[in-house]
Amino acid sequence: MTPNLYLWLIPVLPLAGAAINGFFGRSFSKKTISAVALFFPGIAFLYALDIAAMFSSSAAPYFCELAPWIRAGAFHADFAFYLDQLSLVMLLVVTGVGFLIHIYSVGYMADDDGYYRFMSYLNLFMFFMLTLILAKNYLLMFIGWEGVGLASYLLIGFWFIKDSAASAGKKAFIVNRIGDFGFLIALFLLIKHFGTLDFTKLFEQIAAQPVEAAGIGTLTSIGLLLMVGAAGKSAQIPLYVWLPDAMEGPTPVSALIHAATMVTAGVYMVARSHAIFERAPGALTVVAIVGTLTALFAATIGICQTDIKKVLAYSTVSQLGYMFMACGVAAFSAGIFHLMTHAFFKGLLFLAAGSVIHGVGGEQDMRKMGGLRQYMPVTFATMGIATLAIAGIPGLAGFFSKDEILWKAYSSPYGSWIYWLIGVVTAFITSFYMFRLMYMTFAGDYRGATASAAHAHGDRSHGHGHGEPHESPWVMLGPLVVLAILSVFGGWIGVGGRFEHFLAPVFQSAPAADTVGETASSGVEHLLMAVSIVAAGLGWILAWLLYSRLPKLPGVIAEAFGSLYRAVANKYYIDELYAVLFVKPVVDGSSAILWKGVDQGIIDAIVNNAADAARHTSDNLRHMQSGNLRSYAGWVAAGGAVVIAYMIWMGVR
Amino acid sequence: MTSVTAIPLPYYLILSGILFVCGVLGFLIKRNIITIFMSIELMLNGVNLSFVAFAAHWHVLSGQVFVFFVMVVAAAEAAVGLAIIIAVYRTRETLNVDQVNLLKL
Repeated sequence: MTPNLYLWLIPVLPLAGAAINGFFGRSFSKKTISAVALFFPGIAFLYALDIAAMFSSSAAPYFCELAPWIRAGAFHADFAFYLDQLSLVMLLVVTGVGFLIHIYSVGYMADDDGYYRFMSYLNLFMFFMLTLILAKNYLLMFIGWEGVGLASYLLIGFWFIKDSAASAGKKAFIVNRIGDFGFLIALFLLIKHFGTLDFTKLFEQIAAQPVEAAGIGTLTSIGLLLMVGAAGKSAQIPLYVWLPDAMEGPTPVSALIHAATMVTAGVYMVARSHAIFERAPGALTVVAIVGTLTALFAATIGICQTDIKKVLAYSTVSQLGYMFMACGVAAFSAGIFHLMTHAFFKGLLFLAAGSVIHGVGGEQDMRKMGGLRQYMPVTFATMGIATLAIAGIPGLAGFFSKDEILWKAYSSPYGSWIYWLIGVVTAFITSFYMFRLMYMTFAGDYRGATASAAHAHGDRSHGHGHGEPHESPWVMLGPLVVLAILSVFGGWIGVGGRFEHFLAPVFQSAPAADTVGETASSGVEHLLMAVSIVAAGLGWILAWLLYSRLPKLPGVIAEAFGSLYRAVANKYYIDELYAVLFVKPVVDGSSAILWKGVDQGIIDAIVNNAADAARHTSDNLRHMQSGNLRSYAGWVAAGGAVVIAYMIWMGVR
Repeated sequence: MTSVTAIPLPYYLILSGILFVCGVLGFLIKRNIITIFMSIELMLNGVNLSFVAFAAHWHVLSGQVFVFFVMVVAAAEAAVGLAIIIAVYRTRETLNVDQVNLLKL
């Protein structure tokens, strides 16, 4: 019997914060709201740290049964929580990064009218995300899964008066529904074939199954459907389109939900379901291919974006692709490692971008920034660190995790040199667009309007007048500094395979990719590492050449590759393609068939015709009631005569 | 069949039928409310006659009893009916039913 850790407290604490601020926040002062909103996630974070300190690998996994939920025959799904090494990592990332972003939001959203609403939503998100992570069965996980979708919808559409924000929220919600559909069907299949959704019982049964080597079996179908769900939540091809639009939300939301935590839920779910995927190599291959393609595809779009947050959004999609690539070659721990480091540096990048946007008065277009280094040195320094980390410069967090993934993609029994090659190309592109972002934002001269015209458009959280760009307050810079430190040192826990060994008990049934890696010559590993470092360096140099040294050149290149450049700048017209392929048929079909055909033609017609018929009949009948007494008497007599005639001719009986 | 055998049953029934038909015709043809009212009484008494005739013929009392009920109801009806007729006459100053035709759509 493991000690009771009261795991349920961790999700419930932010829920309490969300409820207090949500119900009573309107009448609270800003200070009270901030205190409530920071207190509960803060306590949750401290408690998570406490649990981490008590955590011993030998006693894991810990269980906590809170209450029975669904008990139908042999099928059980309870409010039960589960903690092993994998959920512990996620728990620390979510509570830690989440808490930092809460602090940041206090500064960033201070001037917004919906402050209490925002803080309440953020706490609500934490509740659902922690439920997702700590759930002991797929059904409870699905609650968290849907809940973070809801919180994401609420926060993307936070400035719901703005039309684009409202429709971006809807888009995110609807695209996620498609993924959730796959997830749900996977759950139904699991119930049908194994009769349970409980992780321990389920994976025990699945472990007894043979590997489905050829064709599509049950486990392969389940794996593919789970991947559909993961692709929706984690913005993979073909369901990634919602994430760039989600940047309509306030920047802390982009950092917390659409970079650090929620979008990684798909990776977590795939890693959690590793037992299924290991026995379905076909599904694994699909995961790897989708991840690899998404990584490359999104990175190329990132090159041509001019909105600072859109660049980061495509970068997030691309990095998530890396994580799926890792999961797809059965290197789940590498995927989770990258998930963790990515949470640090991408959270930092978004928060720093938010600081920049805050500093220049709501402007998000990088062409109107530039030279901000002298105005906001702390933001520059922290964002620079994050850029070095994501680009894969040795010594920083991103280098270790990305290199781990690339090495696994090459050496794993499921891997292939193609994955590795695309991964390295993507690393080069990543490095290029990130340094492009840095040069456009911080180098050169300030290109934005210095007058108060700057805050006429853009981020509505800025009521105060803007002259010169200015550094953000320390309540915002503090989280930046903490995350910068994590972005530097966060990768070192993976040195020498320590992180992998820590997670090994969770993934122990995996066909050990690490042993394969160790038997392969370390010379190859070092060579591949060197290549990826060179790729990152080349990306930096190219960005420096194009955006610092020869600022006219990008325009010339864009001219030279006219149609290609326009295709990339317009995100390969994927949104337009989806509009033609899916949205338009649905809209047209709905209006032509469902609206005008079924609703107006059948349902309305039945009701209206029934009413018309009744009116005509009664219109005719009402003339019988003439008011003439003798005609009534005549009718009575006639009726009596008919009755008598009937009785005479037909007999009384 | 000791005392009233002088007149056979069909005679009573024929008279009863004649009375009833007179009532019906009067009801349908006449326009004066009081005449219509009297026609109704005529129909009732036509029926009453057939009741007592059958009762005497079959030696059952229920027919006689029924007649008393009919007479009681007819008396009540007459009281209420005449009151209504007076009220109608006071408001509309006519007893012609063709002119009392407000109750219609």
